[in-house]
Amino acid sequence: MWTWFYRLASPPYVYRVAARLAPWLLAAAGLLIVYGFVDGLVFAPPDYQQGDAFRIIYVHVPASALSVMAYTFMAVAAAIGLIWRIKVAYAVAAAAAPIGASFTVLTLVTGSLWGRPMWGTYWAWDPRLTSELILLFLYVGVMSLRVAFEDPNRGDRAAALLAVVGVINVPIIPFSVVWWNSLHQGATILKLGKPAIDASMRWPLYAMLLGFLLFFGGVLCLRLRGEVLHRERLATWVREAVRV
Amino acid sequence: MSVSLWSGLTLVLRRDLALSLRRPDQLIQPLVFFLIVTTLFPLSLSPEPSLLRQMAPGVLWVGALLAALLSMDGLFRGDAEDGTLEQLLLSGQALGAIVVAKTFAHWLVSGAALVLMAPLVATALGVPVGAFPVMMLSLGLGTLTLSWLGAIGAGLTVGLRRGGVLLSLIVLPLAMPLLIFGANATDRAIGGESAAGALYFLASLCLFTTTLAPFAAAAALRITVE
Amino acid sequence: MIAGSFWAMGGYARYVWPCMALAVGILVWNLWSARRHHAQAVQRAARAIAMARSERS
Repeated sequence: MWTWFYRLASPPYVYRVAARLAPWLLAAAGLLIVYGFVDGLVFAPPDYQQGDAFRIIYVHVPASALSVMAYTFMAVAAAIGLIWRIKVAYAVAAAAAPIGASFTVLTLVTGSLWGRPMWGTYWAWDPRLTSELILLFLYVGVMSLRVAFEDPNRGDRAAALLAVVGVINVPIIPFSVVWWNSLHQGATILKLGKPAIDASMRWPLYAMLLGFLLFFGGVLCLRLRGEVLHRERLATWVREAVRV
Repeated sequence: MSVSLWSGLTLVLRRDLALSLRRPDQLIQPLVFFLIVTTLFPLSLSPEPSLLRQMAPGVLWVGALLAALLSMDGLFRGDAEDGTLEQLLLSGQALGAIVVAKTFAHWLVSGAALVLMAPLVATALGVPVGAFPVMMLSLGLGTLTLSWLGAIGAGLTVGLRRGGVLLSLIVLPLAMPLLIFGANATDRAIGGESAAGALYFLASLCLFTTTLAPFAAAAALRITVE
Repeated sequence: MIAGSFWAMGGYARYVWPCMALAVGILVWNLWSARRHHAQAVQRAARAIAMARSERS
């Protein structure tokens, strides 16, 4: 039963499997995302409060969900690397970081653009966006730490430890930020309020969520190949792989 | 002769304190920095008393955070440079205990000193004396928590040449919750309301960090020190 | 073509469309960046292998 676990720790195995998985994941993601866009932009009825602006939810919510999921995923991979000393796990963590960070940026910008028509300002220190901003700082910290070391192994391990420390904060930060925000309620309720979602509005959202998730998996496979190859470039199996 | 955990801990604590007190200039610098930073705010905004009193929690806390962070870089660096750190790692003593001792010694001369200076700054910002106990308690808990977080960051960056900025980059996001609770506690005290809620959260953060951070910082040192 | 009211997005066009464009942009960037990263890794690996070979010969 553990054989699949051991195989996953093998760089050449992961390199091959990722190559085979990626197209499927990306194709499925593509279908779901296209469907999500079309259904969400064209067929879903406009929200009675927010009008057509609510359609931003179809990219904002999936992006924000993925940004948090990617960080947790990265931290789990990091923990596996630290506990079981599996080098491939560090490659996985390194691959996940920029993807998650890009989703965080997407969340922040779409959140800001959504906020402008809703609250009249591009940035209102809404608790969710503020937490997302702090998450971006966490990502930047992990990525910066990894490249700060001359010895890449040390960088991998240090960044892994930081990722694990950060993930413990991932629940604490929104809690404190929501608490902070609730103290300073203005006249308006500054929540990026999801409009009361009608069934016809829900399906594109689910599709986008799943599509983004599969997309993350697919891009992770692609990036992972680069990370594994780079770390193992002096190994014998790489000579065959590179020639192909 | 083997050294027990407790005596090893007190040994490192006393050593670090003695070393720090030998360099009074290095002790004064963060405190002066704290004063300077808090002066920047009235200068850049307005010396109007009601505004200052409103800003005071934020100014105090941001100033304390930055001053504490600046001195965190030196937590392990001195020992790393002269090889003591490697010796400590090889000594067979529990690294977590060593970290606890060093961090606590560091806090005593930086964070605790900041807390004692806070009334001075607070008066300059128009904070009523009645708010002082809560303010100092919250700053005490906050700087202690920050010292633990800083120890993790210092452990991760000790070998790096330009570690200081990266240290701040790493530690500040982790410190935002404690800033929120601590500044709020001070704010409520200034307003004459009960700060109990904020203080409880702050205390639980402090406790949580105190129990886990030494392990994380020790693990960091094992990774970064040759 | 598609009706003008679709593009207008009920007056919110200048918020909705940049969001969608950015979303597509980020997705494309991820794909491009991952591929580029891999290509660079292949290059570096090829160089490392070539250097190892020339050292031995």
